[in-house]
Amino acid sequence: MVECKYSVMDKETKSKIITLSAKLRNHSLKMALDAGKNGSHLGGGLSLVEVFATLYGIVISDENRNPANSNHDRVIISKGHCVLSYYSVLNEFGLLSDEDIASFETNGSILHGHATRDLSRGIEFSGGSLGLGLSYAIGVALAGKINNRSYKVYAIVGDGECNEGIVWEAFMSAAHFKLDNLTVIVDHNKLQYDGNLTTIMNMGSLKEKLDAFGFNTNQVDGHDVEQLVEAFQNYVCDKPNAIIANTLKGKGVSFMENRKEWHYSVLTQEQYDLAMSEQSIKI
Amino acid sequence: MLTFNSLNFRTWSKLGQRGAFFGLAVFEVVEQFDNTMILTADLAYLTGLERFINKYPEKFLNIGIAEQNMLGISAGLAHEGKIVFATTYASFITMRSCEQMRHYLGYMKSNIKIVGSGAGLIMSYSGNTHYTFEDLSIVRAIPNITILSPADATESVKVALAAAEFVGPVYIRLTGGLNTPMVYKEDYNFKIGKAITLTNEGDVTVFATGSMVYNSLEAAKILKEKGILVRVVNIHTVKPIDKECIKVSNDCSKLLVSVEEHSKIGGLGGTVAEYLCSKSNHAPLLRLGIADEFRHAGDYTYLLSENRLLPEQIAHDIEEKYLSLIP
Repeated sequence: MVECKYSVMDKETKSKIITLSAKLRNHSLKMALDAGKNGSHLGGGLSLVEVFATLYGIVISDENRNPANSNHDRVIISKGHCVLSYYSVLNEFGLLSDEDIASFETNGSILHGHATRDLSRGIEFSGGSLGLGLSYAIGVALAGKINNRSYKVYAIVGDGECNEGIVWEAFMSAAHFKLDNLTVIVDHNKLQYDGNLTTIMNMGSLKEKLDAFGFNTNQVDGHDVEQLVEAFQNYVCDKPNAIIANTLKGKGVSFMENRKEWHYSVLTQEQYDLAMSEQSIKI
Repeated sequence: MLTFNSLNFRTWSKLGQRGAFFGLAVFEVVEQFDNTMILTADLAYLTGLERFINKYPEKFLNIGIAEQNMLGISAGLAHEGKIVFATTYASFITMRSCEQMRHYLGYMKSNIKIVGSGAGLIMSYSGNTHYTFEDLSIVRAIPNITILSPADATESVKVALAAAEFVGPVYIRLTGGLNTPMVYKEDYNFKIGKAITLTNEGDVTVFATGSMVYNSLEAAKILKEKGILVRVVNIHTVKPIDKECIKVSNDCSKLLVSVEEHSKIGGLGGTVAEYLCSKSNHAPLLRLGIADEFRHAGDYTYLLSENRLLPEQIAHDIEEKYLSLIP
């Protein structure tokens, strides 16, 4: 059974996670600025800020965040391009150093546009090619069951990524193997590279589909940390868990929100300044 | 505990490469490596895994007809310390899930042993969808994957054990059907990356792999009667190729030949050619293999014959080339 260590979301905790989210958003924008003309995946990075803040800040304990602990929780980023907020949260918790962050998108760096497995830095999976992380997470969760380990597996996938067939093969197997130690978080920002999800390839209701695939599915506002915490707590024995996080691509920057042009783009100094002027908390 | 002796080799040859691998060798593997798991994509019974499943239900997973997901799950299990054997037909595992091979095995170096069964033309009347003559070329181009291609049932047992012991991604190519001919009648040493020279007399060297090792030995017998002595080398490890062996063979041969139940493009012949072309002088290389086209289906012997891979055809083509080199 899942131990509930965060059953009460007190005001102090909520405020801590909101502050952490602001910090991650600030940090992501700075990384995008520093990437210069190489550009970066802003839209899908910013949509996951609150998810990462909640997951790393409250759901996963300090002990279970430590990769040196063999029973640490496994976070598997299938949506490999969300590195701005992902690297930011790893940096926040000391898994990536400031030097690592400074090397983002420089020649020969370990930190390029898609996260590459580096277990000592808490990066479990090499992402980039969409759809490949979820099956991997199924294997890791299965091994947890087989080896009688108590670690939890969190897999982050994009909604556009769900166009890929292997994602549905993986969904199918998650329920079959009764992986209640797995939580799949779908970043449902409703925008993919070429435009609106429903225009490009209308998948209908992800919630209905995941329910039908045997998941314990929770659909929440992916920028509301209270709703996220509640969803992470919701647990049904023998069922894999899914959180459909309704998010906004480019969340937190008015001129990026819900704009496909900001899927991958260069952030100029002027744009950075403008984006930062909109941040309620600057850290 | 498996005993490597002539009597057993005869019994194993009746099972063929796949039967010996999954009906016998995997039990030995599990005894030596308790953290082994076997995954299949709805091909357990055809693969001959029934006994294994009965004995070790907890070490077996059927992922259904989903080869891509199977490799993803294999990689996740390998991430947690399992030695994973993932198997289905060679055609599906190397092509349907080609990118998964590249990603999980090549890029991420997951400790997975992919076992492609029914490689080459053995799938006979199932037709071209089930033939596999591109796998060596495809897998060879991916970094970090060791490619093993056993010559007979006994060698497939040795390959299973060696692959389990070897830490890193491996692709194992199983050829031939049931009642496969024996290349090895006595026990011998098998080492990944070390080619085995089976007959070492003559100025023609044949590099053969998989099912074609036996056919090449038979071809060599025919040629011997005609006064042409042929060295036959078993290249059981296609990658990394035994460069020293090719070099030595080149130095002592007027003609080099590659024989494989695989496309002439990019497989064993391609590997040897790539190595040789860097040499300032080398013997000509005759590449024998499957033609670059999809043909009509037929039985195994018919298909081999259509591609000139029967012993007498191999002998004929070598003789023709050899005689053409005499001024």
